[in-house]
Amino acid sequence: MGELRLMKGNEAIAEAAIRAGCDGYFGYPITPQSEVMEYLMAEKPHERTGMVVLQAESEVASINMLYGGAGTGKKVMTSSSSPGISLMQEGISYMAGAELPAVVVNVVRGGPGLGTIQPSQADYFQAVKGGGHGDYKMIVYAPASVQEMSDHVKLAFDKAFQYRTPVMILSDGAIGQMMEKVELFDPIPRRTDEEVIAACPWASTGRPKTRNHNIITSLDLDPAGQEKVNLKLQEKYRMMEQNEVMYEEIMTSDAEYLFVAFGLSARICQKATDIARAKGIKVGLFRPITLFPFPTVQIAATGSRVKGILVVEMNAGQMIEDVRLSLGCKVKIEHFGRFGGIIPSPDEVAKALEQKIIGG
Amino acid sequence: MEELFAKPDIRKPENIVYRKSDLMVDRPLSYCPGCGHGTVHRMLMEVIEEMDIAEQTIGVSPVGCSVLAYDFLNIDMLGAAHGRAPALATAIKRLWPHRFVFTYQGDGDLAAIGTAETIHACNRGENITIIFINNGIYGMTGGQMAPTTLLGMRSSTSPYGRDVEHMGHPIKMTELIAHLPGVNFVTRQSVHTPVNARRTKKAIRKGFEIQKAKQGLSFIEVVSNCNSGWKMTPVQSNKWMEENMFPFYPLGDIKVDGKLVEKKENE
Repeated sequence: MGELRLMKGNEAIAEAAIRAGCDGYFGYPITPQSEVMEYLMAEKPHERTGMVVLQAESEVASINMLYGGAGTGKKVMTSSSSPGISLMQEGISYMAGAELPAVVVNVVRGGPGLGTIQPSQADYFQAVKGGGHGDYKMIVYAPASVQEMSDHVKLAFDKAFQYRTPVMILSDGAIGQMMEKVELFDPIPRRTDEEVIAACPWASTGRPKTRNHNIITSLDLDPAGQEKVNLKLQEKYRMMEQNEVMYEEIMTSDAEYLFVAFGLSARICQKATDIARAKGIKVGLFRPITLFPFPTVQIAATGSRVKGILVVEMNAGQMIEDVRLSLGCKVKIEHFGRFGGIIPSPDEVAKALEQKIIGG
Repeated sequence: MEELFAKPDIRKPENIVYRKSDLMVDRPLSYCPGCGHGTVHRMLMEVIEEMDIAEQTIGVSPVGCSVLAYDFLNIDMLGAAHGRAPALATAIKRLWPHRFVFTYQGDGDLAAIGTAETIHACNRGENITIIFINNGIYGMTGGQMAPTTLLGMRSSTSPYGRDVEHMGHPIKMTELIAHLPGVNFVTRQSVHTPVNARRTKKAIRKGFEIQKAKQGLSFIEVVSNCNSGWKMTPVQSNKWMEENMFPFYPLGDIKVDGKLVEKKENE
């Protein structure tokens, strides 16, 4: 068993980055995720593992520092919250286009605009539908616990390098701030420069006489060439859809009704499931862990066995579109959401199930 | 010319008086004939070749006319988003402290959209070299007004000439940068004559030597022409540059060894 600690979600992200052998973290303070960089700075990772931690002048600079670091094959990460993540969209698009591995953590707060500093899931569309310009996707993990904040960092780095793509961890202000028990994974040593060069022959690490120069770019002025780039990206996204879907089902085997929820909402739905079951309502929970690739096939299989589905999100109805795309008109699908930083209570959610799905 | 190439017997080592740097990729440059970019590319690659550091050098190209610089420079390169080259270079240098890292940026890239990244990379004293090509215009997008466009100068977005009331002042980024404590060496050069090209090369060499000695950031501005954007012949544009650009952007060292160069009374 790994080392056990009581940690905040944001601290777990930071500790996991060090343990995952991250080479560089570049960030900018924003509530409710500032503890990530605060923890890193306090840990002196330059002494612990040699990891670089730099407070940039803006989120625009941090994401472009990621682009620079990733383009040289190093393991790099940033974290921010919604307004800051909006500023990073250009850089994420460039990294998707240039096929660069990096991990971006969004500890979501309520919007739009400066919004609020309270938790929200209103950035679902931005995370899974592209966010920045151009036809791209990235793998999006939705942790529902402090444990998963840690686990998903390690996983995100693995997948970022496996697919040469930016990967996002879509968390929220509650999971970032709350404290839970975490079993930390054993540290992975940072790769040496020689190991980076061997593992990333595509990276711009300094051209030895034995190969042509490497160029990291997302530019191809020839449309035929740019179409090829796009086709390659799309092929990669199909591979992710085949191989990277993650989800969890709770009490779905006998379920007549279904909650579909991710992240913090799934935690609330777990309690709402207990409340409804105590009343004799056979409800289960389907929790997508990857939001892209979305568990379309799996939701269709489980969802088509029930009488109605309530999609619970801390937004005005975003993931519900993907649930509807998965199931078509076969099942009644309704949405329950609170926004602007309000966390719905389990009672509220159980009541919504009765009103919108069972009674409706 | 063809006759010359048809005489292989004269192509002997002892007859060579001028040759392309081996670090220049053997392909036609995408720059307009008469543009200074090609000369700066050459000076840069000659320095890297002479210092024998091609294997240890990572370059960052901008968005602008030199967006394709990586196609011509036979070293490992990254193409940055518009204005962000100093952010890329910061991360690269910190993650690869033993590599030589440079950015190559135009005036729109460095002095408009990338102002924040430029100033903060300089102020942190990142141990990199920034090469700043200032031709007072957005060349690649078709000759729009740049932050460095002179007052009265015409461009496609200042068709009656730049005026202060509507368009504000041109910015002297290089003088601004010189005052930042993390910056070791700041100079302004040109490449429109062989003498000036040699001075630019010397400045670039100095920048890379400063990196080698880990003494902070070096910032080399090259005031250059844009005959296409200025709508002049190359010869006219160089004359216009001497008469109009140099008085506002005077050539010479501005900061050496971390100290501002004192200006003489009559300057």
